[in-house]
Amino acid sequence: MAAVTRGLPAVREPLDSGARRGGEKHLVAPGDTITTDTGYMRGHGTYVEDDKLIASVAGVVERVNKLVCVRALKARYNGEIGDIVVGRITEVQQKRWKVETNSRLDSVLLLSSINLPGGELRRKSAEDELAMRDYLQEGDLISAEVQSIFSDGAVSLHTRSLKYGKLGQGVLVQVSPSLVKRQKTHFHDLPCGASVILGNNGFIWIYPTPEQKDDEAGGYTSNLEPVPLSDREVISRLRNCIVALVTHKMMLFDTSILYCYEASLPHQIKDILKPEVTEEIVLEARQRLLDLEG
Amino acid sequence: MASVVLSEAEKLYIVHGVQEDLRVDGRGCEDYRCAEVETDVVSNTSGSARVKLGETDILVGIKAEMGTPKLEKPDEGYLEFFVDCSSNSPELEGRGGEELGTDIANTLYRVFSCENSVDLKSLCINAKEHCWVLYVDVLLLECGGNIFDAISIAVKAALFNTRIPKVRVLEDEEGTKEIELSDDPYDCIRLNVDEVPCIITLSKIGYRHVVDATLQEEACSLASLLISVTSKGAITSMKKVGKGSLDPESIFEMMEFMIQSTREASRNKMAAVLGQYQSSAQFPLTSTWDRTESRQVTSHRPSEDFG
Repeated sequence: MAAVTRGLPAVREPLDSGARRGGEKHLVAPGDTITTDTGYMRGHGTYVEDDKLIASVAGVVERVNKLVCVRALKARYNGEIGDIVVGRITEVQQKRWKVETNSRLDSVLLLSSINLPGGELRRKSAEDELAMRDYLQEGDLISAEVQSIFSDGAVSLHTRSLKYGKLGQGVLVQVSPSLVKRQKTHFHDLPCGASVILGNNGFIWIYPTPEQKDDEAGGYTSNLEPVPLSDREVISRLRNCIVALVTHKMMLFDTSILYCYEASLPHQIKDILKPEVTEEIVLEARQRLLDLEG
Repeated sequence: MASVVLSEAEKLYIVHGVQEDLRVDGRGCEDYRCAEVETDVVSNTSGSARVKLGETDILVGIKAEMGTPKLEKPDEGYLEFFVDCSSNSPELEGRGGEELGTDIANTLYRVFSCENSVDLKSLCINAKEHCWVLYVDVLLLECGGNIFDAISIAVKAALFNTRIPKVRVLEDEEGTKEIELSDDPYDCIRLNVDEVPCIITLSKIGYRHVVDATLQEEACSLASLLISVTSKGAITSMKKVGKGSLDPESIFEMMEFMIQSTREASRNKMAAVLGQYQSSAQFPLTSTWDRTESRQVTSHRPSEDFG
């Protein structure tokens, strides 16, 4: 039994945000004046008072020609068509499921928008409606794509592809949606031995890489065999690395996660969450990313 | 208790991981998360502490007030516990949080029911007439699993931080008693917290037990055992929570493990805590400075076993 390690109290300084590439980001807090020029149109996150354009949320100012808006740094997920999301089923209703995706309203997954097991395509009948719980139950995790957005802002999902569907064994990490970088693909098979789905809504799913890719069966049969220890170590390490990146507000994409993983290899998995070790790995990952950009 | 909903596959992953002694965040079954203990955070209390154990965030404030001793114990002061969970989540506001709050308060009463945990006789001013009553208010800021452990650490730290002013009772010629408070703000009595017990929660997941379960792991465990142990290994109370059943042999096993680990680690931990606090007591202004300017944080990182 090892002794308890104790740390001395230390002043924690915020990590230097590093060199900014491209121009300076104009960060504002609620109440800050963005501009006094009256020629601009106000967009989301701003309001006009006394001929001044003032920010109503804390975030980054974005300007498109004459439109000025403030994009909040910490906000709920705003769905956009084509986004990949990972969600959890909260309710089973008559012809649809309600999915929790960290947005303002629960997302909707219509019965007509799912793929049946086996990939068969047919019109859903009344029997399918009664058997909805056999497909997806409360608490299940799914990966889906945003099909459309209702007028009130609620997002409608679909899983009409073999790569989407119910998720099996793995680990879910919830982060802020603004930290997930928009990329061409959000399904990554990392070379370290695990796969990761970076949902645009901030839900990140880490799972062991499945051996056969083709026989997906529509993603409904979960593999309930125990995951081997080596895969578990990779998944736990990835999970801790993602948490480390999030605490230092770094963007999450496959390269940043991989660099952080490689920087964390000399340390034990459970040590990654110690503040000093977190700082060290994130600094190293950030340095490599800056070198990559040249 | 605020809990997360998990899919069956996620629960299976967690249970298998525990069997192999590798939890989701890389810890072993007997590892605690990093704990941060900060004292003297609330200025208008007699003593306060804030504990962050992973995601769990607890704030404890202690106010010392004069009151009359209880009839059955006329020469002792006493402690009163209040727990507030309303700031945690919408489902715990109002009625929902009350149930959890009374549950935690009753557990704390049982833990501190042992006579030697706090020296209550030192809280007495005049037998049968005046005594100090310590009102311990626990605020559950964020529930990230394992709240009982965090609350017991916070209460112990807050009790250590408590400064009770010294009073003298003067008697007039007519017999009316006047209570005189000393003018010096640093002239106060401190409590000895060596015997204050700490709660350890062992959650049974599958066939093994884990300490310091996260919210996800608590959703997978059917039964947990809460034991409050002092640094010398004496058990003051025991409680079982959860719908599942525990085998008598596994209960003995869990108790043995807890007592063994507590004896070793608690001595180290309390030495660490007391050492740090004693150094800050030499400079009475340090705690105020640190609170406002640089957030002095005592970080205790139990590596293997935790008291």
